[in-house]
Amino acid sequence: MRAGVIVFPGSNCDRDLAVAFAQAGADVSMVWHKDVSLPDNLDVIGIPGGFSFGDYLRCGAIAARSPICSAVVEHAKRGGYVIGICNGFQVLCETGLLPGTLMRNSGIKFVCKTIRLRVETTQGAFLQNYKMGQEIQMPVAHHDGNYTADDDLIARLDGDGRVAFRYLENPNGSASDIAGVLSANKRVLGLMPHPERAVEAAHGGTDGAALFAGLASVLENA
Amino acid sequence: MKARVHVMLKNGVLDPQGEAVRHALGALGFDGVDGVRQGKVIELDLSETSRDKAKVSVTDMCEKLLANTVIESYRVEIL
Repeated sequence: MRAGVIVFPGSNCDRDLAVAFAQAGADVSMVWHKDVSLPDNLDVIGIPGGFSFGDYLRCGAIAARSPICSAVVEHAKRGGYVIGICNGFQVLCETGLLPGTLMRNSGIKFVCKTIRLRVETTQGAFLQNYKMGQEIQMPVAHHDGNYTADDDLIARLDGDGRVAFRYLENPNGSASDIAGVLSANKRVLGLMPHPERAVEAAHGGTDGAALFAGLASVLENA
Repeated sequence: MKARVHVMLKNGVLDPQGEAVRHALGALGFDGVDGVRQGKVIELDLSETSRDKAKVSVTDMCEKLLANTVIESYRVEIL
């Protein structure tokens, strides 16, 4: 498995994400946002958490128009795997690779805690190692995680098995308790919780490890 | 030529920041504020000299970057 982690000014989970990929067996390249092309033969691209471009204009808006993001969109359109975590999820929504958008938390405050989630689908490489309906724990740390989409879109996402995770206690006002969504082909995942901060015992939990392991098992057999 | 873009949340989209401002106004004793909506004003200095072309160009900027049309509406003023 060859993984690339995009680094924007203001990214702060990029190295954590690289470690999580590496623990799953990946060769990891860090990719600077001004690059116009990706390293050759990448299987998966990670867009990390943080505050790219200081959250100016809207969270993820400037990052989504940076030179490298055109290459990320092309990679996804070719059927490549992409995971966007926290700010990365916001970036993926701004690129249009994932539907909906993330607004300011309904309670206004930044939310930083470990939270319980339910696995809503086991389709696709990212989720295949979980069990349907499994309850897991991961940290969240965000100010703008309030997933916003109209009722028709949410019904479509549910109908197509594209809701990846739901909050058991909604921390941010997200529509229909949605914590993560998938693309139609299940190869692009965006989520607000941080699986890369739950991959070893020292993190306080390892429920994120199955996500990276699931991906590795598909990509190593490819 | 200058252009001014007003970006607002669409009607029906809950504005938590506007709500927080409304509560703060109430705390200061300003009664009768039934709602607050917070938006953005973006001013642009343009080299374009045709008002029509400027309006087309700024509208394109709104669609591609300045507004997220999933949740926001925008209005372009050419000054």
